[in-house]
Formats: sequence, structure tokens, C-alpha cells
Amino acid sequence: MKITYNREACQGHNRCYMLAPELFDVDDEGYAILRIDGEIPAELEEKAQLAADNCPEYAIELVTE
Amino acid sequence: MSNTERPPVVDWATDFDHTHPDYGQNAPEIWDELRATCPVAHTERFGGTWLPVTHEAVSAIAHDTENYTSMGVVVSENKPEIPAPMGFAPPITSDPPFHAIARRLLLEPFAPKPVKALEQYTRDCCNGLIDDILASGSDLTDAATEYAQHIPVRIIAKMLGVPETDGDKFRRFIHQIIETPGADTVDEDGGGSFDEYLDAAIAEHRANPKPPGEGDLIDHLTQADIEGTPLLDEHVRGTIALLLIAGIDTTWSSIGAALWHLASHPEDRARYTNEPEIRLFAIEEFLRFYAPVTMARIAVTDHELGGCPVKAGDWLLLPFPAANRDPEAFDDADKFIIDRQQNRHGAFGLGIHRCLGSNLARMELAVAIDTWTERIPDFELSDPDAVRWSVGQIRGPRELPVRINLDTVNR
Ligand code: HEM
Ligand code: SF4
Repeated sequence: MKITYNREACQGHNRCYMLAPELFDVDDEGYAILRIDGEIPAELEEKAQLAADNCPEYAIELVTE
Repeated sequence: MSNTERPPVVDWATDFDHTHPDYGQNAPEIWDELRATCPVAHTERFGGTWLPVTHEAVSAIAHDTENYTSMGVVVSENKPEIPAPMGFAPPITSDPPFHAIARRLLLEPFAPKPVKALEQYTRDCCNGLIDDILASGSDLTDAATEYAQHIPVRIIAKMLGVPETDGDKFRRFIHQIIETPGADTVDEDGGGSFDEYLDAAIAEHRANPKPPGEGDLIDHLTQADIEGTPLLDEHVRGTIALLLIAGIDTTWSSIGAALWHLASHPEDRARYTNEPEIRLFAIEEFLRFYAPVTMARIAVTDHELGGCPVKAGDWLLLPFPAANRDPEAFDDADKFIIDRQQNRHGAFGLGIHRCLGSNLARMELAVAIDTWTERIPDFELSDPDAVRWSVGQIRGPRELPVRINLDTVNR
């Protein structure tokens, strides 16, 4: 499973950073930074799902190949 | 605003009034009925106003800065006359492209990491308020006026670098502004007006600038520039006023509403206290279910919204609380689920005006509820009929009498 983050849609609600700090950091202005590239480690899949399910701007998506 | 008698509403689809006490009492039922019958309600009141109640429509308007302006965000009989894009209180009343410039000035001090640094101060402040409540020896208190009300003013005073004790002064000033916009403010303590107070604080900061990185929020603004030009005192003053107006009643309302919920739902109260791992979700569910803020826009074009003919110049309410209860967007939307796992609520708005203070407000709400439930795990409404909720675009309990179980408190 992979995770995608759309910087254009992100408004800095920071729900992702609170729910999944292993996957998301936050920049000085409060916008999200995706910390991983490629496959989500299995133990973080649940957190990735939470981040996606709680982003009010639909800026995070999970993709399964 | 609060005491004026509103003419009765006969039909919420064609003559709604969001400032009527009946709306304050029954808003969720009114939204449900409108969603089923007329999802974009209208009223001739306030010179013509629309009320969309679906998540889809509220979100579409919040994301559309072509058909709508933020020049007016509080519905009133008169439309503001200040021209866009700046509006009278940037960035909340600004439209693109100026909005991004004004907003950017404020993003850094309100980003999650600087806000995190205020957590301990906030906890100390909450504990101090509870010490006072418990020191009275009585098992009766008012969780709105003795607790929730004081938290946001003290934290913003700290951020601005003015005495914490000025918090009460801010509250009085902003209530005068909200109740009679445009009128001169007077300090009941015999001090000067709000503008004089802010000018003195700004002059003091300009005279004694602190080194970069060590300053408070007023230093941040007096030392900021837009493309090399320092901000005018007027801009600094307007911004501070906005932070006070946008940050105080809103946060007070959400802390109060969460305490109201816990006081009247023993099972959730026990879970919040005993299961710290659900708190992250509980805070968001408080925000969703009791979203305190409804914003507004003014249409700038003639267009259709959900089949309704919106005319340029019409008001539109943006009821984020109604969007948050739309069953199309949330499973069991009408149920409070304390550990809800999927919660894309819009309590802090959607789109480019996303609440600038959301990280701060969320931290204050979480610390306020954690501290209260740790010190006072068992409490209930002492007189449910005496609870008084505000009406209008910011909704929360203004009087919240509770009885504390003194046998279980942590002194
Ligand atoms: C629970 C508490 C709060 C709630 C529910 C809330 C809600 C909102 C909402 C819904 C908006 C969007 C406005 C729009 O779309 O027109 C907003 C904007 C704003 N809020 Fe908050 N707010 C809260 C606390 C705060 C605090 C503590 C501050 C700062 C001290 C603050 C400062 C602002 C500012 C400056 C804006 C304008 C942002 C912009 O236009 O870019 N708010 N707030
Ligand atoms: S939750 Fe969504 S909008 Fe918020 S910071 Fe994360 S990606 Fe951005």
C-alpha cells in the first residue's frame, strides 16, 4: 500500500500529523510533509488509514497496486 | 444582538432566522428537516439570506472564492462597505490574492510546534482555575463562567505579551464590538478605548523590540513586513483585534460544550477519564458534534445553488455545524461517538480560510478537558434548565451550573 499527499489541497488542518506522526511531519507554516516515499510499512498501515479518513480536505489517499 | 426580540419564524425553509432563540434551541432538528425538504433555505431577513445545510453545499461555497466574497462574514442588516480584497479584518475578511499575503504573516506563530510550547502554560492556567473552584469548598460551580471563559483569554494574552490579568478587559472589549460593531469601545475599569489600549501596547513593543526568535506575537507583527514595507500600526491593531474576536468566544464555546456533554453523559465521562487513548478522537468528536462557528459569505455573481437563484449581494450562511451532521458525509451523523475513527469534520472551516488558530484551539480544548476530568472526574448538571446557550453565529453554553462530586476530586 502506498500513500499520496496533495499539497495543493492541503490547508494545514494537521489531523494527519496528530494521528500519524510517523508518516507526516509539519512545516513552519503548518502544512503537512509526507515523511515516507513508496510502500507503507505494514505496522503503519492502520495509521495511514486514519490519516486519510480524517483529512477534511481529502488531500491524502491510499493506493493499493 | 442577544436581547433583541426576533419576529417568530413560521416556516424555516422560506423565513429562517439563525439569530432566533428557537434556532439556538432546535438547530439540529431544523437542519434535518431542511435536508429532507429544502436543502438551501431562504429568508428575506437581513436583506436576503440563504442557508445551505448539506456538507456538499457548505464545502463547495467555502472552496469557491469566485462566486463568493468574505468581505462580510457575520450576517447583519447592513452589508459592510469596505471594498474587497482586504476587508476590515484581514485575513478573515480578505479574498485572494491579498488573503494569502495577510494569512501568511500569521501562519508561523500558530503552527503546531510553537503551539505545543504553550501546552504547559495552558495546563498550569487550567489547574489554577480548578484550585480556585475547589478552594471555595462548595460543590456547585459554573463551568462556563468560572472555568471555560478564562482559558482562551489568558493564553492569547500570554502570546501577545500583555499581562494575563488583561484577559477580562479583552472579553469586555470584544463583547462591546460584537454587540455594537463600529461604536467606540469604553473600558469599564476607567482605562482608554480598545484602540488606545492596543496602540499603547504596540508603541511599547516598538520602543523595546525583542531579538528575533524571542519576541511575542506583537513583536512578530511589529517586526514583520510585506515585501520590505513594515506593517502599519493600523494593520497590526486590526490583526490583534481579529485574533481576540476570532479566538475567544469560539474556544470558550467549544470547551463549555464539551463539559456540558460530559456532565450530561456519564458513560462518555467515564470513558474519557479512564481511556486516555480515545481522547484524540473524543476531542474531534466534540468539535464535530458541537461545532461552535457558522460563518457567512456574500454572493458576487448571480448563480444557482442547489437549484435556487442566488443574486449578487445576497448573504449566504456557512453552517459548518450543519455540514458536520449531514448523514451523506458521516456515518450515524446524529450520534455522538466518542471514539469515532472517521471524522473529516469542518468545525474549523474548509478551504483557504481554515481557522488560523485551529492548532491553538484544539490544544486548549484538549488541555482544558484533560485537566478538568483529571481533577474533577465526577460532575453533573446541577440545574439543566439554568444552562444558557448563546444564539447567533457562535454557539456555546454561556451559563453552565454543575455539581461536583467532592468525594472524588483530586485537590
Ligand atoms: C474551537 C475554537 C475555534 C473554532 C471552532 C474556530 C472556527 C473558525 C472557522 C470556522 C473559521 C473559518 C472562517 C471562514 O471560512 O470564513 C475560522 C477562521 C479563523 N480563526 Fe478560528 N476558530 C476557533 C478558534 C480560534 C482561535 C483560538 C484563533 C486565534 C487566536 C482563531 C483565529 C482565526 C482566524 C485569524 C481566522 C481567519 C483565517 C483566514 O481567514 O485565513 N480561531 N475559525
Ligand atoms: S489533515 Fe489534510 S489538510 Fe490537514 S495537514 Fe494533513 S493533509 Fe493537510
